[in-house]
Order: sequence, then C-alpha cells, then structure tokens
Amino acid sequence: MSFVPGQPVTAVVQRIEIQKLCQGENLILGFSIGGGIDQDPGQNPFSEDKSDKGIYVTRITPGGPAEVAGLRMGDKIMQVNGWDMTMVTHDQARKKLTNKREDVVRLLITRRSLEEVVKQSKGKSPQTVIEGHRATQGQQRTKHFHNC
Amino acid sequence: MDTESTYSGYSHYSGRSRGSHRHGERSRDRHKTRSKDSRSEKSVTINTPPAEPLLGDSSVQVQDDNWGETTTAVTGTSEHSLSQEDIVRITKDLEDSVGLDCRRYVTRAVAVILGLLVFFTPLAFLVLPHILWPEKLQSCGTACEGLFISVAFKLLILLLAVWALFFRPARASLPRVFVFRILLAVLVFLFVVSYWLFYSVRILDAQDENYQGIVQYAVSLVDALLFIHYLAIVLLELRQLQPCFSVCVMRSTDGETRHYNLGQLSIQRAALAIIEHYYCDFPIHNPALLSASKSRAAKHLAGLKVYNVDGEFPAGPAEGPGNNAAAGIAQSQSRAMIAAAARRRDTSHNELYYEEAEHERRVRKRKARLVVAVEEAFTHIKRMQEEEPKKAPGDVMDPREAAQAIFPSMARALQKYLRTTKQQHCHSMESIQQHLAFCITNNMTPKAFLESYLMPGPTLQYGKDHWLGRRWTLISEVSVTSGLKDGSVFLLKCVDFSLVVTSKKIPYIQMTEEYIDPKSHKFVLRLQSETSV
Repeated sequence: MSFVPGQPVTAVVQRIEIQKLCQGENLILGFSIGGGIDQDPGQNPFSEDKSDKGIYVTRITPGGPAEVAGLRMGDKIMQVNGWDMTMVTHDQARKKLTNKREDVVRLLITRRSLEEVVKQSKGKSPQTVIEGHRATQGQQRTKHFHNC
Repeated sequence: MDTESTYSGYSHYSGRSRGSHRHGERSRDRHKTRSKDSRSEKSVTINTPPAEPLLGDSSVQVQDDNWGETTTAVTGTSEHSLSQEDIVRITKDLEDSVGLDCRRYVTRAVAVILGLLVFFTPLAFLVLPHILWPEKLQSCGTACEGLFISVAFKLLILLLAVWALFFRPARASLPRVFVFRILLAVLVFLFVVSYWLFYSVRILDAQDENYQGIVQYAVSLVDALLFIHYLAIVLLELRQLQPCFSVCVMRSTDGETRHYNLGQLSIQRAALAIIEHYYCDFPIHNPALLSASKSRAAKHLAGLKVYNVDGEFPAGPAEGPGNNAAAGIAQSQSRAMIAAAARRRDTSHNELYYEEAEHERRVRKRKARLVVAVEEAFTHIKRMQEEEPKKAPGDVMDPREAAQAIFPSMARALQKYLRTTKQQHCHSMESIQQHLAFCITNNMTPKAFLESYLMPGPTLQYGKDHWLGRRWTLISEVSVTSGLKDGSVFLLKCVDFSLVVTSKKIPYIQMTEEYIDPKSHKFVLRLQSETSV
C-alpha cells in the first residue's frame, strides 16, 4: 500500500456499501476513522508503511451498520461515494462520510489480506481467479489510482 | 582522656618494609594524652605514634620541616607498640602510664634534635669559614650580602611553613607509624648529611676562600629544604583530598548505614576519618531499642527442648520430625530443632505487627501530650522589655531560673515520652534544664526546644559521658598501613557495637564529547485524531 509520488497507485479493493443508521437526529455509520495528510502517520497501528497518510478504519461498533456491511478494523478507505480518500485531511474525510443528505455510503476499501488472496490466485488460471473473486462477499476490483 | 586501644595487628615491625608500601599513610597526629587537654577525648586513640608537639618546651627556633615524622621514625615505636599494649592492659589511665610518656619523650627528643640540626646547618655553613680561616677568606661583596638576606628570609619562611604544617594538636593516636613521615624524615636526614659531607670534604678540608660560593651553597641547602617541605605538603595533605573511594559504614547492632567519600588513604587513616564522621553523623547508639528483637528470637526456640532418648544416638526433639539421618549429635539436633520450629504454627509475626502498631499509637499519644504541655509552659514566661517599669527584683529572673520555674509543668510529660521511646538514659534532668535555659535565651519556640528530644541526634550532641572515653579497635585482615583498596573490609570495634566498613573504588570514567548545533533544535506537532462517523 505504499506509493511512489507521481506514480499511479495500484491496490486490490473491495466495494462495501453501508446504510446509515438513524440514531436520534444523527445518521451514524458505526465505525471510527484515523489518519489523514495532516496527521502523524507514524502512530497508525494498521498501516504497513508508516509514511502512509491514508484514512484507516480504527474501530468498528459491534453490530453496527459498518460491521454488518463487512467493514473490518484496519481497512484503508480509498474512496467514499466516488470521492478520493488517499490524499485528504482528516476533517475532509470526516465530512465526506457524514454528509447528512446521503443515507448510503459506498466505500472502496483495501486490506492486506486482499492482496494476498490475489497473489495466491494469480498462480491459477484466469478463469478460476474470476470465479474465486465472485464467490467473495463484495466485488473485488483492481483499480488504478492516480496520485498527484 | 585515655585513649588507647588494643591494637590487634600482626607483626609489630611496622617501621620496616611494610612502610614502603605505595600507599603509605600520612597523618600527623599528635596525641596529647595529658589531662589538661580537653580535646583528647576524641579518644579515638588507637595507640599512638606519639607525635607530640615537638616544640612543647623547646625554643621557637626549631623549624624542622618534618618534626612530626621523626617521632614516628624511631624504630623504637615498633617495639614500643607491643609494650604499649601490655601497659594498656595493666593500667586504664594512660596519662599516668610511664610507657607512653617514655615513648613520647623519646620521639620528641629525636624530633628536636633533627630539627635543630636542620635549622642550624645553613647557619653553620656560613659561620664556620669565618671562625676557621678568617684571614684567607675573601670579603663578602654586595651580591654575597644580598644572599644573606635571602637566606634569612627563606629560613623564616621555612620556619613558618613547618609550624603551619606540623604544628597541630593531635587528633588521635593511631596504632602504626606513618610511613610518609618516616620517609620524609629519612630523606631530610640523608640530605643534610650529604650536604655536610660535601661541605666538610671540599670546603673545610680545602679551606676554600671563595666565600660567595659558600654562601650560595648554603642558599641552595635552604632552597632544597623548602622543596622538601613542598613534597611534605603534597604527600601528607594534597594526596588524600581527591575522593577515590566510596566507603560504606554500617553499624552492626541496628544497621544504620552511611556512605562517605575518601581519598587515597591508609587503612588506619581512613578509619580515623570514618570515626570522626561517625561522631558527627550517626544517631546515637541506643541499646534499649534492640532488646525487642532479641526477646523475639529467644521465644522462637523457647518451646523446644531436645531430649536424648537412646543414649548417645541422637533422637528427635519432643515434637520430633523424626529426621535422624544426620551424622553428628549436634548437627542432627539443630536440624531437628529447625524443622520443628518451621513446622510450628508460628504467630509471632502477628504479635510483632500488633505490638508495633500499639507502640506507635502510644508514642504518638505521649508526643501530643508533651507538645501541648511544652507549649503551655512556654506561655508562662516572656522576655522582659527594657522600657517596662522595673519590677521587683524577685520577679526578674535569669534564663536558668526561668527554666527552673517552668520545667516542673512539662517534666512529667517529657519523662513519659522519653520512657516510651526508650531515650531516658540519654538525657539527664540537668541537661534538659540546661537545654531549656538555652532555648529561652535564644528565643526559641517550643517546637525548637522539643526537636532534640523527638529525633535521636548524632552522638556528639549528647553529654560527654556518652562518648567520652570510647576506645576503638581497628580489626583488619591486611596491614593497617597499607592503602585502601577496592573491596577492602575492616571493622572498628567499640565496646557496645562495631562498625563494618567496606570500600569501593570510584570507577574510571571515560567521557566523549558530542556537538549539537543550536540550529538543529526543531519541532513539529504530532497529531493523531480518531473520529467516529
């Protein structure tokens, strides 16, 4: 998940769709985020590369909408509803996630285990790879991200 | 007072080869054992190499630069030290003992002789040519006469310097001689003798006419004596100043421990320094506080008795664990007792806990009563102002009378407190009243007055009878004139207790430097927020 500045970032992502839950007058998703380009990347316990300033999931409320949708602790959020999350400040990320007018957030998240699965299945035939992918919960795509 | 201690050392021929150790000791202790000297009660006497103030009765002219060591240079000391012990055993009062006086006089006489020899030698060098061959002698020119002044002043300085360095009252009497002093005395003696030899051969026999040369020769002698005096300062004073060892001093009866830093000293000199520190730092030894633990220890084995049931074969004790495998009778008995004691359901720790809690409560209660009584007593008197109209003479009291007036109201509370803390033998009624008068005179508060009774102070604080006449014995496995080394251990035994001294060397320190550019101090904020969404 490390990146070389100026080069496109390649990651294996999983699409997760979370329905916001109405709690009183707030719409909550049931997880906490950490990270951002204005934060200290060295303190992130989930990142592989300690200079990674992306947004990570640090906590999941048990039984909340995020857990139900398949989000796990330590996932790195790459996109929220189409908005890029790899080069944003912490506050910008929070704003994108807590937009009151949306009640669904579609996240693209990546985690280390996804990379490993793809690596393992690269040894097999492309056909089985696709089948293997479809069998998992969400859709896994290989996406190219351009970082400026 | 008396000051002798039985010295337990080994060979008494200390003056010989033992003396030439690298770390000799130095000390210039003169020990005055006369009764009129009030300082001798430091009584750390440990046998002395009596270095008596050399010039007790001699004239002031003696200026020898090492009169201290001549006293110890006498090999007689080595033999005397043995006879000294005999005398110590016979008579308690050293001042009357003949042996010590004899030794002191002998050493004093030798020191005086050496001193006079050294002082008069340059003068003799100058005067003899005038006496023996006055007609052949060249007249003394200006430069030569200038040298007379220089000789005179240098001799004066030498005299003052010797007086300052060696002329001090003795602090203690130590068991062995001081090697450095002997060395210095021998050095001076050889030096002077060699100068005399040269003088007699080349000048007296040849009847040299060049008086200026002779005067210069005398000046060189005085210069060299001044340098020897400098050497004496370095060896006797400067060498021990820089701390080299950290010694740990522990009292054997109650474990009171202190740590001191000492320089390179011989063991006996280090022992002297430690004892002086002991009097100033250690709280007074209170044997009454130790009885509790002894009684507890006695109770442990009080319930067990060992019976020999089968004649000579050891049987177990009355509560017998039945372990008879031991070889000797005593061994098996003691093992059996240990096993039985361990097996017994021992509740002595419980007793100790409650007893201590009870004691503490009692002490605090008594202390509270005492503080209140003293504060109330102090309110009864006040200092008379000058402007007040004169009261009747019967009302005006001096501090002593004022103390006596208010003492009865606090006496009982104080006595009870001292009894509870087992300090009653340290303070006599007289000393308490004296202390009270002293506090009143100096405008002290009741709390200040009480401070010396609430905490045990250093030994010197108490009346003289507590520390006067203490005899210390130095017990060491190595020679006491050898220097302190890393890991050396020795004991200083007193009548009631002993001080165990261990020494450790201060390590060699390797230091490197690192340069930090002042511009390199830069900081950023560390942010780490976590937001729930």
